[in-house]
Amino acid sequence: MSKDEFLQGVRRGFPIMLAASPFGALFGALAIDNGFSIFDAVFMSLTVYAGASQMVGIELFNHRVQPWLIVLSILAVNFRHILYSASIARYIGHFTPLQKFVTFFLLTDPQYAETEKRGESGLAVSFAWYLGFGTIIYVPWQIMTLIGAIFGQMIGDPKAIGLDVLLPIYFMGLVLGFRKRDHWLPVVAVSAAASVGAMHFVGSPWHVSIGAIAGVILAACLPLKTPAEEPVTLEHEV
Amino acid sequence: METADHMHLIYIILAAAVATFITRIGGYVMITQMKRIPPRMEAALNAVPAAVLTTLVAPAFVYGGWDATASMAVAFLVGLRFSSLWMLLAGWLVVMAIRHFGGF
Repeated sequence: MSKDEFLQGVRRGFPIMLAASPFGALFGALAIDNGFSIFDAVFMSLTVYAGASQMVGIELFNHRVQPWLIVLSILAVNFRHILYSASIARYIGHFTPLQKFVTFFLLTDPQYAETEKRGESGLAVSFAWYLGFGTIIYVPWQIMTLIGAIFGQMIGDPKAIGLDVLLPIYFMGLVLGFRKRDHWLPVVAVSAAASVGAMHFVGSPWHVSIGAIAGVILAACLPLKTPAEEPVTLEHEV
Repeated sequence: METADHMHLIYIILAAAVATFITRIGGYVMITQMKRIPPRMEAALNAVPAAVLTTLVAPAFVYGGWDATASMAVAFLVGLRFSSLWMLLAGWLVVMAIRHFGGF
């Protein structure tokens, strides 16, 4: 494993870790508020490691929703990861089975977006780079969960220190980063409209899956821009 | 806290972890079972990141309150020219300015 590439990944993930850290602390604090012990909160961050769905999980647990419905809701919030792992398949064919296991365990939104960007730019997506990027986000996520759980009461209102706008802005930056892709504008417009409508009429967390599926279906139906080539085979790319 | 209750929660968390891992490996398993990727499916896959991430942005822009909306609008303009770190800084400054000096 290349130490250089590991450190490259660490540097790349560092600003994302900074942006995500307040949310780790917030999760820890909210988990305590919703009846979790400190151990439960850290255990969930360690094993699930998917911020938005962790927030949904503690909220539903507090409302004494049936366990199967909690798990189903977390599955729904995280459903987008199915699309991520399908999409990065072309870049990680050379990983060993154990490396793939770790890769999929660490596959968060920013991890996916940066892997896609790196693969698209022609740089090799090595396991060392991927692990460096994932480690600098995973480990602080646990520490911040613990800190948030311990000092839950002291965080107060995250809105007062402007934390609530950082995550949507970060995601917006990622969306802008993909603006050179085919049909980017219609896809974004349709996903935006569908997710806003779904938020209004169906409610969270369904707006994520509904909005995403609307944009993806549109992309599949629009005329193909790139001239018809031989269909890509995975074997050629690994 | 009761031990039985606590174990109950641990099982829910473990089930959630397994469900999450299934979503993270599922797409890879499905796509490697297929010999060829049809062009339309590739077009669909290419649209995934923008489609998904937009759903995490648009509702926050519309329903997040006007201070969040203003902050995101400024961040958007910054993002047309500069990196996401500058977007975060600009958006954060705007929302803090509104909340602390806006007098609303």
